[in-house]
Amino acid sequence: MSKIAEILQKNESELLADWMKEQLTAVRRRDLMNDGELQAQSTDLLRSIASAARNGNVTDVSGSDWAGVRERLTDISASRAKQGFSPDETALFVFSLKQPLFTRLRNELAKDPNAMFAEMWNATVMVDRLGLMTFGAFLKAKEQLIAQQAEEMLELSTPVVKLWQGIVAIPLIGTLDSNRTQIVMESLLSTIVATNSKVAIIDITGVPAVDTLVAQHLLKTITAAKLMGAECILSGIRPQIAQTIVHLGINLNEVITKASLADALATALQKTGKTVVRIDKQNGKAGENKDGAEVKQTPERKGA
Amino acid sequence: MERIPILRMGNFLLVTIQVDMHDQLAMTLQDDLTNAIANYGSRGVLIDISSLEIVDSFIGRMLANISGMARILDAQTVLVGMQPAVAITLVELGMSMPGVKTALNVEAGMDLLRELVSAHRMETGDDDSEV
Repeated sequence: MSKIAEILQKNESELLADWMKEQLTAVRRRDLMNDGELQAQSTDLLRSIASAARNGNVTDVSGSDWAGVRERLTDISASRAKQGFSPDETALFVFSLKQPLFTRLRNELAKDPNAMFAEMWNATVMVDRLGLMTFGAFLKAKEQLIAQQAEEMLELSTPVVKLWQGIVAIPLIGTLDSNRTQIVMESLLSTIVATNSKVAIIDITGVPAVDTLVAQHLLKTITAAKLMGAECILSGIRPQIAQTIVHLGINLNEVITKASLADALATALQKTGKTVVRIDKQNGKAGENKDGAEVKQTPERKGA
Repeated sequence: MERIPILRMGNFLLVTIQVDMHDQLAMTLQDDLTNAIANYGSRGVLIDISSLEIVDSFIGRMLANISGMARILDAQTVLVGMQPAVAITLVELGMSMPGVKTALNVEAGMDLLRELVSAHRMETGDDDSEV
């Protein structure tokens, strides 16, 4: 049995007390975790390290004897990543074990410098590797969180709304990339089929910037809708974006474009053979809207 | 040999593609349809592809070609009922089919066809028969 394993076993309570003190001075996030919880985590981890060191090689933390320690460390870092600890705080949790351990080694092996050096080295390697493992697990948990959030955002950001009989609109918010365009395109096209809509309004008020790639994605969506027999109107083009589009030389001549969603809706109503008229207040017709307007079906042209 | 039926409805021809198109079938359809337009003197062609789930660039081009050929034979073509997946595929293949008229379903397609044919007739001053 190595000296480290012996110390870990013999001086468990002292080591733990020193380690706790070390952690409390190095970093303390009382807002994220209370002392009791920290003590429990530390005790648990120290015991599993002790038993792993007793059974196996102290420097070989990837071996099967260390499986329990690895599992615990991964759990701890993952939970800390979710709680909002910073990376260095999480790493220090493990690295702060160094000093208490070294102090014990020095006391035990004061008479034999050579042995002391060898054991110190082993202890450094062990703690370093455990620290790196913690850091790896921390990053992995963070990455998972980011991936999950990105996925949730994709689902959130593409509602297709029905504005009128035969008119749907899709308000786009945020930057368009290939992935999102694909989802936007699919949901828009399937809604066109489901609602039997002749006109689709794509509103880009919430798109922060339009470059050639975004324009290409939009044109693809518009072309696909046209192939299915629906017409697209692009609305919510801010003056800034209109300037960018012309400067970039993007050709939107084939597309109906409107400055606001209201203009687009008016055009869409016209295309589906409807018009908005102000009703006479004196006649006081039923079905009056708040702004005193109602939508009328204009007599359609023959065969329209 | 397998064939896609071409139905005659007055001045119009109705084609419903209900099987997966393979290249030979597409070529046969192209032949049959141009012959039918010429034989019957049809003024409009309605192609329903609502059951078509798989397209490739060849079928896409063939659909565009049929429209062009029909126009030369003085008939208007309307493509109806394209599935979203098919539309996306065609766009990704770079086939935007300019000049091909489309509609959401057969009903809307028939309306569009009547409109196109009557507009065309007014332009050319040709009014030999009623729709």
